[in-house]
Amino acid sequence: MSEVKKIKKGLDIKLAGKAEKVLEKADRSETYAIKPSNFPGLTPKLKVKVDAEVKAGDSLFFDKYCPEINFASPVSGKVIAVNRGERRKILEVVIQADAEIQYQEFKKADPNVLSREEIKEELLKSGLWAFVRQRPYDVIAKPEDTPKAIFVSAFDTAPLAADIDFLLESEAAAFQAGLDALAKLTDGKLYLNTNPNLNQSKTFSGAKNVEIRQFTGVHPAGNVGVQIHHISPMNKGEVAWVIRPQEVVFIGRLFTKGIYDVSRKIALCGSEVKTPCYFETILGASVRNILKGKLKDDEKIRVISGNVLTGEQISEDGFLNFYDSQITVIPEGDKFEFLGWALPGLQKFSMSKTFFSWLTPNKEYRLDANLHGEHRAFVMTGEYDKVLPMDVLPQQLVKSIMIEDIDQMEQLGIYEVAPEDLALCEFVCTSKINVQDLVRKGIDLMIKEMS
Amino acid sequence: MKALRKFLDKKKPLFQKGGKFAKLQSSFEAFETFLFVPNITSHTGTHIKDAIDLKRTMSIVVMALIPALLFGIYNTGYQHFLSVGELANTDFLDICVYGLIKILPIIVVSYVVGLGIEFAFAQMRGHQVNEGFLVSGMLIPLIMPVEAPLWMVAVSTAFAVVIGKEVFGGTGMNIWNPALVARAFFFFAYPSKMSGESVWIAEKADSFSGATPLAHAANLVDVKGDAAVTLYQQHLSNVWDMFVGFIPGSIGETSTIAILIGAVILIATGIGSWKIIVSVFAGGYVMGMLFNLIGGNAYMELIPAWQHLIMGGFAFGAVFMATDPVSGAQTARGKYIYGFLIGFLAVLIRVLNAGFPEAMMLSILLMNTFAPLIDHYVVQGNIKRRLKRVKVSA
Repeated sequence: MSEVKKIKKGLDIKLAGKAEKVLEKADRSETYAIKPSNFPGLTPKLKVKVDAEVKAGDSLFFDKYCPEINFASPVSGKVIAVNRGERRKILEVVIQADAEIQYQEFKKADPNVLSREEIKEELLKSGLWAFVRQRPYDVIAKPEDTPKAIFVSAFDTAPLAADIDFLLESEAAAFQAGLDALAKLTDGKLYLNTNPNLNQSKTFSGAKNVEIRQFTGVHPAGNVGVQIHHISPMNKGEVAWVIRPQEVVFIGRLFTKGIYDVSRKIALCGSEVKTPCYFETILGASVRNILKGKLKDDEKIRVISGNVLTGEQISEDGFLNFYDSQITVIPEGDKFEFLGWALPGLQKFSMSKTFFSWLTPNKEYRLDANLHGEHRAFVMTGEYDKVLPMDVLPQQLVKSIMIEDIDQMEQLGIYEVAPEDLALCEFVCTSKINVQDLVRKGIDLMIKEMS
Repeated sequence: MKALRKFLDKKKPLFQKGGKFAKLQSSFEAFETFLFVPNITSHTGTHIKDAIDLKRTMSIVVMALIPALLFGIYNTGYQHFLSVGELANTDFLDICVYGLIKILPIIVVSYVVGLGIEFAFAQMRGHQVNEGFLVSGMLIPLIMPVEAPLWMVAVSTAFAVVIGKEVFGGTGMNIWNPALVARAFFFFAYPSKMSGESVWIAEKADSFSGATPLAHAANLVDVKGDAAVTLYQQHLSNVWDMFVGFIPGSIGETSTIAILIGAVILIATGIGSWKIIVSVFAGGYVMGMLFNLIGGNAYMELIPAWQHLIMGGFAFGAVFMATDPVSGAQTARGKYIYGFLIGFLAVLIRVLNAGFPEAMMLSILLMNTFAPLIDHYVVQGNIKRRLKRVKVSA
């Protein structure tokens, strides 16, 4: 076993409402949706019309510039709406689910005997390709590339993150089949990055066909981008692929069962949930039935698909995002606070020790979505460095993005970062700068310039 | 507080676009956000944010300055009564009241002039009023001589805010520390009011010497042998007074103890960079050591290296001026270099150039100028490491 890499820079934000490892039943969701906005940089082309009948695994839309990449329906049923926004941009393709899911049939085969091309073809056809993402740029991988390596992070250190051991309980066989398929896709190694303190299950320690690396430490230790940086940093011209363990299971199911089965466990967590726990659901599900009767209602709330750092706000009858394994519910906090900046602040969380809450380091906080201040120009320095465990100068990188200096962005490491890696920079920023938006903007600019 | 909030909500439309006082929007918002942390929530990116904001940050710095201010008030009274020979007959309270009467007007002038200009600029540009001057407005009085005429303080402050900050685009954009720009302007425009013996002690008795330790130390250059030792013994050997602060000097700079309390607050809260503070002291000490080793004149030989750190504005500059994040170096490695050179140059200028006994100000302004260059090389280092990696793997 290799040595353990300890990530020291970063910040664990202790929030109230961690999900108990209990699987609760919720009423089945009736509607499901796939949102093109979950895939940065994608231009979707619809393949189905309203009222069409689809099976689970049938393509709903595809990538205009790479038509092999399909985005499949998670369930069988009827397309009931294609919701569009400004300039007819597709926002959601909504499906009314059948009572019993009908699956489109795909080839059932042992990935170990299939060739690389056959595996790629199966993944593309079934819509599972959308789960394979690449660095640089944090977008869906290009099928024609051969990555230098594939990275899977087996743990999540984000606030209130789902326990991946628990998510993959009883999925060991499918997980291994998925790994076998992925290992075929690269000439390099398939890395499985585990955390000895969080990953106790045999699913990971017993995984074959992979190179296991160990990481411990504070968030963002679980971010695959940070792990890549410490294993084999991204240089210009290189491509690596990343995928999450839950999604490796989907790939495994395709080869073992021959179907597009994207049912998954999710964590319902956050301070505004009565009893935070796990639920069995299917990707893209409407969260209405999951949330029904589970929320405290003493205050205005915010429902987030994903975690509090990188997730997206959804409405109480919105849909689970494509890549997310958790729903977080926190107070909205859209209220004024009298002399809030001057109070001792025992209930406030800050990386700095400017609030007296630092006296209680193990307290779990109930944080809301208030900005706690106004947007300002950069004043403080060195804050970002404390929460980015990479040899990247985050503040200088963000400034180079602000002035859209392509050369400088490239030199300062835009290929190594994804917005999620700098999410903590955004959290700690005294000037409340939207770092993640800026990083995505920089990445979009790079894609445009480099193509 | 609900009543106050209601009142503000009612008046707010008047100050918004189309309202009667729309031109005063920035000012209204400055007061509103001072009273209430706004209800804005995050809509993109992270949903939760660190509770810190610029108001909190700046108020912590002002708090860290309070020990130096309080001591400055006491010392102003102390030096006055000492010079007129009444110290033994005056009680503590009278000393403080005297100091307060002297210093309060300077603080008021600094804040009124500075904030006035800040509000005017924010209004003109349609920006929000920035919190930066809350600190500058306190720093400026603390680095002025107590006998500074108020109109000169006003002119210096105005110069600092306009030329030192607003022409660059406001807080976060300036290249020099605004408070030091004010002092530098004062120093060069009205030199007679910021040097010599008469300006450091309020209403000093004529017979009493009001020279600062730095002025005495500068005299060491011209004397030799026993005379130098006598001079040292007479004026510079009471290091305890220097450390505690019972010496003439700018209002807030004399007490190293009070400044160190501020340093502890800044470092503990994480607002001030310990990297800069420590390396400024290290730089000063190293230069002092070099002078001790090389020798050459009495100043270099007789003043121990550590004594440089408690004389004049060295400690104050290290803790409150060099640490300004906007005008200082921004990279972690750059901060060490930047700090070290400030301390190093301050002692160098102080000893070699009798014309500028107060070298800390010049040294910090000089390094403010060079901070972007230092950062440039640190950033290039990072870029080179990245390029090297490509070559290794290729």
